[in-house]
Amino acid sequence: MEKTALLEMKGITKKFGTVLANDHIDLQLYPGEIHALLGENGSGKSTLMNILLGIYKPNFGDIFYKGEKGQIKTPKHAAELGIGMVHQHFALIPTLTVAENIFLSLDHCSFILDKKKMESKIREYSEQFSLQVDPGAKVWQLSVGEQQRVEIMKLLCRNSEILVLDEPSAVLTPQEAGEMFRTLRKMADHGKSVIFISHKMNEVVEHADRITVLKNGRVTDRMLAEEASIDRMTKAVVGERDIEKILIRSQIKTERLLLEANHLRVLNDKGLVALHDISFQLHAGEIFAIAGVAGSGQRELAEALAGLRKVASGKLSLKGKDITRKNIRERVTQGISFIPEDRLKMGLIPGMNMKENALLKEFRGFAYNKGGILQSKAIRSLTERHIAAHDIKHGGLDLPVSLMSGGNQQKLLIAREINGNPELIIAAYPVRGLDIGATASIHKTLLEQRERGACILLISEELDEIFEMSDRVAVLCGGKLMGIRNISETNYEEIGQMMSGESA
Amino acid sequence: MKKGTLRFEKKQTVSLRRKILNPVVFILLGFVFSSIFIIANGFQPIPVFAKMISYSLLNTKGLIGSINAALPLMFCGLSVAIAFKMNLNNIGAEGQFAMGAIFGGAFALYGPSLSAPLSSVVMFFLCALGGCLWALLAAALKAFWKVNETIVTLMLNYIALLFLDYLCYGPWMAPKQTTAMTVKIPESLFLPVINGTSSGLILAILVAVLLYLFLKYTAAGYQISVIKNSLSTAEYAGIPVKKFILIVLALSGALAGIAGFVQVTGIVHRVQAQLPGGSGYTGIVIAYLSQCNPLAIILVSVLFGALQNSSSVVQIMGVPSQIVTMLQGTLMISVIAGEFFNRYRIAFYKAERNDYTSERNDDNQEPKKRNDDNQESKKGAVQ
Amino acid sequence: MIPFITSICAAAIVYAVSILYAAIGEIFSQRAGIMNLGIEGIMLMGAMTGFVTVYHTENLLFALLSTIIVGLVLGLAFAFLTVTLQADQTVCGMAFLIFCSGLSGFLGKSVTGIASAVKFQQIDIPVLSSIPVIGEIFFQQDFFVYLMYLVIPLSIFYIYKTKAGLMLRALGENPASLDQAGINVFAMRYGYIMFACAMTTISGACISLSYTNFWNEGMTGGKGWIAFSLVAFSRWNPAYAVLGALLFGGISILGMNMQVYLPGIPSQFYGMLPYAATIIALIITTGSFRKKHSEEPAALCQKYDREDR
Repeated sequence: MEKTALLEMKGITKKFGTVLANDHIDLQLYPGEIHALLGENGSGKSTLMNILLGIYKPNFGDIFYKGEKGQIKTPKHAAELGIGMVHQHFALIPTLTVAENIFLSLDHCSFILDKKKMESKIREYSEQFSLQVDPGAKVWQLSVGEQQRVEIMKLLCRNSEILVLDEPSAVLTPQEAGEMFRTLRKMADHGKSVIFISHKMNEVVEHADRITVLKNGRVTDRMLAEEASIDRMTKAVVGERDIEKILIRSQIKTERLLLEANHLRVLNDKGLVALHDISFQLHAGEIFAIAGVAGSGQRELAEALAGLRKVASGKLSLKGKDITRKNIRERVTQGISFIPEDRLKMGLIPGMNMKENALLKEFRGFAYNKGGILQSKAIRSLTERHIAAHDIKHGGLDLPVSLMSGGNQQKLLIAREINGNPELIIAAYPVRGLDIGATASIHKTLLEQRERGACILLISEELDEIFEMSDRVAVLCGGKLMGIRNISETNYEEIGQMMSGESA
Repeated sequence: MKKGTLRFEKKQTVSLRRKILNPVVFILLGFVFSSIFIIANGFQPIPVFAKMISYSLLNTKGLIGSINAALPLMFCGLSVAIAFKMNLNNIGAEGQFAMGAIFGGAFALYGPSLSAPLSSVVMFFLCALGGCLWALLAAALKAFWKVNETIVTLMLNYIALLFLDYLCYGPWMAPKQTTAMTVKIPESLFLPVINGTSSGLILAILVAVLLYLFLKYTAAGYQISVIKNSLSTAEYAGIPVKKFILIVLALSGALAGIAGFVQVTGIVHRVQAQLPGGSGYTGIVIAYLSQCNPLAIILVSVLFGALQNSSSVVQIMGVPSQIVTMLQGTLMISVIAGEFFNRYRIAFYKAERNDYTSERNDDNQEPKKRNDDNQESKKGAVQ
Repeated sequence: MIPFITSICAAAIVYAVSILYAAIGEIFSQRAGIMNLGIEGIMLMGAMTGFVTVYHTENLLFALLSTIIVGLVLGLAFAFLTVTLQADQTVCGMAFLIFCSGLSGFLGKSVTGIASAVKFQQIDIPVLSSIPVIGEIFFQQDFFVYLMYLVIPLSIFYIYKTKAGLMLRALGENPASLDQAGINVFAMRYGYIMFACAMTTISGACISLSYTNFWNEGMTGGKGWIAFSLVAFSRWNPAYAVLGALLFGGISILGMNMQVYLPGIPSQFYGMLPYAATIIALIITTGSFRKKHSEEPAALCQKYDREDR
């Protein structure tokens, strides 16, 4: 390649405590190219980009920008140099309008806001890069895809030359993702350089010019898109370790009807309809997956089933008994347990210790609560049983659970939730953000529960997980149920299409 | 970064010794800090403090006076503390105190005369009821309509005090009196005095111990602490949060009402305008300095009782009695500032490398994930 | 009847202005994500400082300046505790309430109950003041009222029409996003807290230098709290704060006047009116039976810690 690199990162090393997040990483970026950073969660992609953005400082290594060696001190400094990033969690202010959000990101603008000028500028970019945004809309009214466009628009208005996007397709339907990548290509054609982080090999091959693969903080491979193959990338991403499928599932034993949902309609926090007229049936001994892009109504569905959210209309019945109006406590006693998506916000009490967390669903039981007095011995032995059964690593029973790693927190939560042999386990994203070891252990636990005869409602965004684990899958899109398929009779393409709203 | 830099780094755990030592050190610093204002007002701080301590703590008579002055403070401190235990800001102890005194006073002055122990018991419960009902007003608004309890309890203070004022200047005013006070309550209602100390002390210690056991060892105490730590998890566990708001604030109000009981039956023996005299606010300071530990509240209250007790002696030196409130505020601010050093340690960064030299006990933790895991919201749990 | 109404309206304006400085200051502070519960105490410090200065110098300008300086210093201390040391804002506010009430009583003891020789006098604006009724209500007032006529439009313009106001609104919603854009979140919060405290002390000065001309311990009598509840009532918009302040002013002044016309009811019950009105207003405006999109700044009362991002 005869072009000179716009950006060169050389020997970047970053340590967190004793963990090496980045180990001598080299990266070149050329003008007008789309560069993909491929790797699993925790492989060091985000750390590297945060160093480029000046959020973290590297322990070693140099950055050359436009041929000059320099240090990127702060995010502001990066912005001045023309480097901008769209984070996975958008930095938008929901109560402000699109134009106001963009004003905020500009360093140089007049003290008194000139809305007209801003709006015409936004329209100009909208046309140039086919990036549809309404400058007057309030951000909280926008869909996730539209919000992402606002973030990209912010970078354009700042005249960024390098645009970094962290997992940009994670929150989008396949269609929206395609549109977003077309926009990125247009920007590359206009001479801008794009880096995007991803763990999906398909989209990397399809949309990037060059690919850098990271694993455990090291670069394991570099290739042009033409040279890439799924095999080569898999080897670089996963390493030499065999991709073994330890999960062996037996046939569903019974067809016993457990839960029936009839024409459910549920509202979200803003009072808008989150689930329209949903009906399905769950059977004992099956894993029933809910697929869909983020925000399709999965959270509302899980909360409605668990009893945390009111059902606006429709009927829920468990083993023939109507539970539509039952509260969460009554549902727990009837055998429904719930593993929420964000364990530190709901599910665990981060500031309290393991014993107190293990007690959360049991404190009414006679073994632990005699006449209102808590039985500390019984609670301790309960906690120790959980620890032994699920191989939970911890620093002590009396330390707050916020000090444990995410995987061990999740194991504790699941141990508590399956204690007492519930008949229905609602598991929302049970392995999100966890390492491979913890993921395998949790999947094993869920399959054991299935063997026992429990029904598991597994909410996931990862089609791999769904196809590996579940017996049947239902697809949600925009709060509507697109269809239910037996996993043996469907494929990725069909489910992907249903997720984007094309009913098959 | 050419030279090494100092940085504050979050601590994960705090030792018990540190937890106790830290406030003590900062209370002392608070006294130093308040000296500035004492000097600014034209007095010598050391003689003032020396006089205050020697008068109110270092002799039996003074100590007894301090303990008696501390009695209503103990109950107010307990009242505020139990609400804090669930992240509820009950700053209405002052008004609940007044309502307790009004309910109890109505019985003492106009109620049927009962035999000695029974009448005290009835009055005790009436005082508790008065405070309880006044707090329940705010509690109901909070539980059912999510109205901010801080402002409501405070506004109710002014209303209760004005009502007390009305009674003591109006229908309840003792004949041939110029000050706003009622006649003395019947002597059968007086709390017994043992060696000069009101037996209210025994009551206070008893209540504090019960409260301590309640919070630490009962299922209700456990649920309260779950609600404080994470409201959403409490709802997830099916804990009836609304019910607990009502129970805890009612209990809090009842305790403040009992402060009215000990004040009326143990100390002033009548109802008068401005009876609480700021005890409700002092209760906030006491609860905070004691970190809401009921047993610590008893001890800290004695310190504050001593402060209040010594206000009369410093007045003889010409120092305004408001020095007491000023000191309370200074001590509280000082301890708040000191809290920081319980949560953080100072780490030293060397020049060339960004590794720090201080020991870390959290190496086995995952590196901070910027996005999902660690965004634990620390906003007041009960909203 | 008309003179009675105009005098009531004029008095309501004076009352409203005396809480509006604090309320508008607190709007800025809460928009920046910081809740200052200590308003009542800080107001007392302002009243005491202003009065003590006037008492010793007989110079109103000095009094105003010293009041503002005390406000800034208190704000600096509050910001240090809540922003730098990341102390709990509610607890800190209560500490300031107690500290400032005590300190004002302590330092002001020597001048308690003595009338000062000078106070802010009524200034009739030429021409405008001679308009019947309206002139009497709006243009026969003193310095603080006229200054407020400027503060109201300026604060609305600042919050909604300028870049700095936009940043302020963002600060209370999502400080992390501002920090990422390289804006010094901590400095901004320091600035707004100090501004809010200075405004609050000016409110105090209104009471001891214009409303009356003496100092008394606890003389604000809950006005700080009314200003505080006005903030949620106004949904963080100074324009609504003006309306609310006039409402509270009207109720209080009416209460005081009714005493003369309806002497059968004891004065204490009239005294309860503004507090009861505050509770009712709070229920109406913030009660959860209202199904409206909440406008409370999302980051209000949350400490901002870079490491927690």
